Amino acid sequence: MARASKSGDRARPLSPHLQIYRWWLTMALSIAHRVTGSALAVGLLLLTWWLVALAAGPESFATVQAVMHNPLGGLVLFGYTFVLFLHMANGIRHLVWDAGYGYDKEVARQSSQVVIGAAVGLTLLTWILIFIVG
Amino acid sequence: MRTAIRQVRGLGAAREGVGHWKLQRLTAIANAILILWFIVTAIGMAGEDYLAWRAWFAHPLAAAMMLLLVVSTFWHARLGVQVVIEDYVHHEGVKVAALTATTLVIFALGTVCVVSILKLAAGG
Repeated sequence: MARASKSGDRARPLSPHLQIYRWWLTMALSIAHRVTGSALAVGLLLLTWWLVALAAGPESFATVQAVMHNPLGGLVLFGYTFVLFLHMANGIRHLVWDAGYGYDKEVARQSSQVVIGAAVGLTLLTWILIFIVG
Repeated sequence: MRTAIRQVRGLGAAREGVGHWKLQRLTAIANAILILWFIVTAIGMAGEDYLAWRAWFAHPLAAAMMLLLVVSTFWHARLGVQVVIEDYVHHEGVKVAALTATTLVIFALGTVCVVSILKLAAGG
């Protein structure tokens, strides 16, 4: 593992960091992609818990369902689906960038609005359907 | 400000830098497909009980899709967490420790999920 030798030891000028810049939607969404990704990674614990409980038997599964139907548990699940859809929609935006499209400033701003709109819309749609079916 | 050629010579690139990037995209596409499928499933199963979910998992296609979902999402999480750690943890020792710990935890949890799904698929 090669490190940037001696130059890293001296005090050197730093590039401006987050607090310097005026906030833009594109910037906020870029940061949000990392935050939501990290949250989703932690949330894999919930998926694991659900699968283990189901495999373990009716009693443990009943515990999970009780937590899910509790208002606080429901709120966490609702938040989790929003975070999931936001990361998914912005991830697709990243794939479009990877393909070489959408770098224009105005287009990037518009696509960030589309991402947020899609995340809100899909989250609401999912939960409305869950309440209709359930 | 140039790095001396003698320092560079013999070290060079590991020639595997693109692999991480590609796998992150590959698992991202797989995640989108598998998670949308699971959300549609979950909507259809809303309000269903323990026995209904057990019956659902007993179907080989459902179990196979769930296995793919677990492998793809946990792999994607591992790759993403790695990037975040490498960007924000600057102390070499802490960084290596954090990467090792998160990798071990993610592999352990993923394996627990796989075993659970196999148990459900076998109807045990």
